[in-house]
Amino acid sequence: MANLKELSKNPERLSGGHRLCAGCGAGVVMRQTLMAAGADPVAVVCATGCVEVSTTIYPFSAWKVPFFHSAFENSAATASGVETAYKSLKKQGKINKDIKFIAFGGDGGTYDIGLQSLSGAMERGHNMLYVCYNNEAYMNTGIQRSGATPKGADTTTAPAGKKEQGKAQNEKDLTAIMVAHNIPYVAQSYLGNWNDYVTKVQKALAVDGPAFINILTPCRLGWAYKPEDTMALSRLGMETCFWPAFEVVNGVYKITVFPKEKKPITEFLKPQGRFKHLLKPENAGVIKEIQDYIDLKWEILKRRDELGKQGIPA
Amino acid sequence: MIKTIYSKGKLAAKTGNEVMAEAMRQIEPDVVAAYPITPATEIVQIFSQFVADGKVKTEFVAVESEHSAMSATLAATAAGARAMTGTSSQGLCYMWEMLNIAAGLRLPVVLAEVNRAISAPINIHGDQSDTMGARDTGWIQIYSENSQEAYDNMIQAVRIAEAAKLPTLITTDGFIISHCMEVVELYPDEDVKKFVGQYKPDRYLLDVDRPVTLGSIELQDFYFEHRWQLAQAMRDSKKIISEVAEDFEKTFGRKYDFYEKYKLDDAEIAIVVIGSTAGTAKVAVDALREKGVKAGLLKIRVYRPFPAELIAKDLAKIKAFAVLDRADSCSGTFAPLYTDVVAALYAAGVSAPKAINYVYGLGGREISVAHLTQVYDTLSKIASGDAQASTNLEYINVRL
Repeated sequence: MANLKELSKNPERLSGGHRLCAGCGAGVVMRQTLMAAGADPVAVVCATGCVEVSTTIYPFSAWKVPFFHSAFENSAATASGVETAYKSLKKQGKINKDIKFIAFGGDGGTYDIGLQSLSGAMERGHNMLYVCYNNEAYMNTGIQRSGATPKGADTTTAPAGKKEQGKAQNEKDLTAIMVAHNIPYVAQSYLGNWNDYVTKVQKALAVDGPAFINILTPCRLGWAYKPEDTMALSRLGMETCFWPAFEVVNGVYKITVFPKEKKPITEFLKPQGRFKHLLKPENAGVIKEIQDYIDLKWEILKRRDELGKQGIPA
Repeated sequence: MIKTIYSKGKLAAKTGNEVMAEAMRQIEPDVVAAYPITPATEIVQIFSQFVADGKVKTEFVAVESEHSAMSATLAATAAGARAMTGTSSQGLCYMWEMLNIAAGLRLPVVLAEVNRAISAPINIHGDQSDTMGARDTGWIQIYSENSQEAYDNMIQAVRIAEAAKLPTLITTDGFIISHCMEVVELYPDEDVKKFVGQYKPDRYLLDVDRPVTLGSIELQDFYFEHRWQLAQAMRDSKKIISEVAEDFEKTFGRKYDFYEKYKLDDAEIAIVVIGSTAGTAKVAVDALREKGVKAGLLKIRVYRPFPAELIAKDLAKIKAFAVLDRADSCSGTFAPLYTDVVAALYAAGVSAPKAINYVYGLGGREISVAHLTQVYDTLSKIASGDAQASTNLEYINVRL
């Protein structure tokens, strides 16, 4: 468990004045990640996307730690290159410090175009934390559907129209794909619970080998809600079990935050413009499909959590 | 009998791939990240054995694609390490995005490239379509006629790249050089290490006390200046390439220039060519010279930066020349090397020589002494006024 009093003493390593939107969840993810790392030396790699274009507009940079961006689909491969350079130079005695490596990518750069690069880096076992700030669409290019976009969401390339009701497919379960890589630490977290996320980052950075965290990161433009609701909305993702908070340590599952009562998915959908069309009476069937899918996945997760309590990998 | 040139040199029978791997072993970079592809696979395969046997301190990353190979290699360089990779053909195509980024970020990555045809149709044999397709990515490109040159070029590449802050690729022709065993003079490890020196970057990511942001977004207000600096660095690299070659000659005894002039100074007709075909052309030139034909050869070694002014000077007094391209740009007009050569002449105010452009050898198609002699015969007729120079792109040894 992280301690807020202790965390507040950590240096601020993502400075204000960057150009992310008011209410953007991604900036919070970055800040909390660095805060979790404390004062330890870190090097950050980031995929092309909102975070990169908003925090590094030349000649300015919001990053007070080494920051590297080269392309969209290669955040993990890039981090593996930096980490390997570190390993080599450390062995040769050219570097003495212990440095942690953190790679960021949005869902487009992680679920879709960067999946191969991520899979390769995880399989090779580089000592790095990969954080997917998952806002469930290509937000930087203007809200196009991705493999992370949930069913029914209205995006500019899977729009709601007279015939179609937004994206027809469920999202890809990337967290499960990462678990299948048998890496030491995989987790899902959400905004609006700093303690859950910060604790997970600290655990991830402490493991020897690759770690992956998938964090539900509301995008006030793409999800179409009031900027002040970012935290509450991400929390609703957890409370409806649309986005459960759990971790998988060496294959053993644990639900880290149980909702007090499992809220219906409509609680999560209602405040968001991207799901507005689903609330029409004729789309009740789509909502049921979404609810059924969530219920099924939640039941499976609970079973894995039960096994986890006995220390059994699932 | 072949003799060594360097006092401490030793002769060995090696393929092109073997000498490239050998040069990499001697350079001993901090990081190598690579992915297999025919005909370049052997380079990193041999090198990974050096790693497995503890012969080098290098960290080897067997990445899952060439895109990641270049991503990881350039990232390792940005982090402060000396890093290298190797590839060919489709692999270079897959790296294309990252080739531009390596140059744009001014990272001195060194790439051992084996020239191979590009798909489709898929073909594993030698032509230069792959690197010609990457000619405008901001990489220094140095081609080799044989394994000796490949070895010597690799050793020079490290210093050139790091001094110019430009990524540099060294090529051999697929199979023709990469898999052909030749006698090569190798230099002692310590002499090569002394020649290449240490990589000392000014700023690097792992220098955590001086954090740097690298790869930022630049808009209308800064992008252009940095792209100009990249182009200027390529222009400035000519001096660096010359200086490294001079030092190489002083150290190991072999002379290298932007291009080799073979019996060109008094020639009336000439072929301009890149790579292993130059060796074949030399045989044709020697035979023609015996018959009293003033034939010569200009073999490009450094293609990027293109030595335009020098070439214009050396071709100005030629009556007729042919530029042989082992790549077709499918531009509707001419192939890459010809376009560069005639632009060089025009810019220098030279218009007297007649010129023809030939495409040859795609997909490893045979190019023989007879083919090249025929080109010289055509040039002789053009030089004497008995024939006109073709204004079209011509092809050698293709069924039409």
